[in-house]
Amino acid sequence: MSEVPSTLFTAAPHWRWLIVFYFFLGGIAGGAYLIAALIDLFGRPWDRPLARLGYLVALPLTVICGILLVVDLNRPLRFWHMLLASETLTPIFKLWSPMSVGAWALLAFGFFTLLSFLAALAANDGWLRYPALTRLRPPGILGTIVVVLGGLLGFFIAGYTGVLLAVTNRPIWSDTSLIGLVFLISSASTGAAVLMLLARRRAVANAEGLHALERFDAWMLLFELVAIVALVVSLGSLARLWLNTWGVLLVLGVVGLGIVAPLLLYRRGRASGLASAAAAVLVLVGGFLLRVVIVLSSESI
Amino acid sequence: MAEPMGFFTDTTVCIGCKACEVACKEWNQLPAANGGVNTLSGDSYDNTRRLDGLHWRHVKFVEQFTPDRSEGRWLLMSDVCKHCVQAGCLEVCPTGAIIRTEFDTVVIQSSACNGCRDCIGACPFGVIDINPVSGTAQKCTLCYDRLQAGMEPACSKACPTDSIQFGTIADLRQRAEARVSHLRGQGENRAHLYGADDRMLGGLNSFFLLIDRPEVYGLPPDPKMPSRNLVPSSLWTTLGGILIGLAGLVSFRNRGDRP
Repeated sequence: MSEVPSTLFTAAPHWRWLIVFYFFLGGIAGGAYLIAALIDLFGRPWDRPLARLGYLVALPLTVICGILLVVDLNRPLRFWHMLLASETLTPIFKLWSPMSVGAWALLAFGFFTLLSFLAALAANDGWLRYPALTRLRPPGILGTIVVVLGGLLGFFIAGYTGVLLAVTNRPIWSDTSLIGLVFLISSASTGAAVLMLLARRRAVANAEGLHALERFDAWMLLFELVAIVALVVSLGSLARLWLNTWGVLLVLGVVGLGIVAPLLLYRRGRASGLASAAAAVLVLVGGFLLRVVIVLSSESI
Repeated sequence: MAEPMGFFTDTTVCIGCKACEVACKEWNQLPAANGGVNTLSGDSYDNTRRLDGLHWRHVKFVEQFTPDRSEGRWLLMSDVCKHCVQAGCLEVCPTGAIIRTEFDTVVIQSSACNGCRDCIGACPFGVIDINPVSGTAQKCTLCYDRLQAGMEPACSKACPTDSIQFGTIADLRQRAEARVSHLRGQGENRAHLYGADDRMLGGLNSFFLLIDRPEVYGLPPDPKMPSRNLVPSSLWTTLGGILIGLAGLVSFRNRGDRP
């Protein structure tokens, strides 16, 4: 009945740079952990050092994410109101509110990343000389339970942020159902990129493991490209508004620098370490710009 | 539970005096914005500009003039929280700070709010914002404290033309219907109610009589609940998760190709 999208009559929630960084770093933490879990559960034994890197990265990033979120609140000392009703101290959990579920999920993910972090530190001749801690990693029932639950939470942390944006009434965010999908894919891709860079720097992985990461990341970049195109299409009449103001950054930055360029480098870079390292850096740049475009474009309307 | 209470705002008799804005600020002890320094919007007599944490009533000045300004009219509308029966803000609030009262109104408890601002983006009308003094999200409470004491809200009490009427929803709807038929009888055929029945978000407990399209007044033509996106968005994301898991299996799986 009407041409004017109703989402244009709403107010911006002032989610800016702290949230952009949270989405970016939380995505890497979730992505790195879920890749590590996949390697530990189904992968080759000699790729386990790669998985170990994932666990070592996930905990510090998750802690930083928690700090970013608390600082972003207008009343930071009340951060625990997300979890407990402030008057009755009873737990508060709203399945239909992504922020409520997300707060609990981040807490739980923090717990599992801590367990896996300890297991990673105790691995082989690690810093922690408590061999019992290595049972927090597969093989073994306890370790399998830890990484399965932690991995599922990693998926959740990597993707729920896009669902959170959709469950508002803001332009762009709530005019499509695909931001969660795009964020999740990008998280897997940026998580893989961080593992590649670290593995190369610390020379922990064999060439085979690195190629597996590259192959995985190439798949992610292809998925992401398709998902971003679908996202633009799904915006309908708002797509033009979005592209007019943020299209350059989206097309050149996110797609050009962050997807197409690394894909080309992966194709050429089988032999050259420098090319694939450059590809990983570009993937991270693209993943960051993706959050910038999606968060700040709606904020500025 | 007491009977549902609300506002009926008849925009056709609003004269733009802003007594409602002042009464609201007085009663709710809302300080002046910008430290009391006057800032002019420069393109309108409307210097309040929008509803936010310090302005819970806002008289909109819609100026409709021909380019040579020989003809024109003012549309004036005192905007306020709609106290939706299905309230998006209440739905998303992760702290439980936003509650539905015994008067079927929607109130943010400032003592529980931690300023996450999810409700600001969830409101279909852009009503809520942070009050910089309290650091919490705030909006019209439909004078919950006055209602509990058997008084009417400050803004409707102050309104000199009865553009803002307070009462039970049932009574207000009757009055509003009568007013629409009266206006139509006099030839104002564009008169219609916005949010008076339960088709819009289950009903707006603060509804309006308009004589132009809603978007002319800055009101969304088709406001919706934020949760409409929850299931489709979650499903697409889950599908992505499955794809990623499969890609991971293919990429990292143990083919047993090396000892």
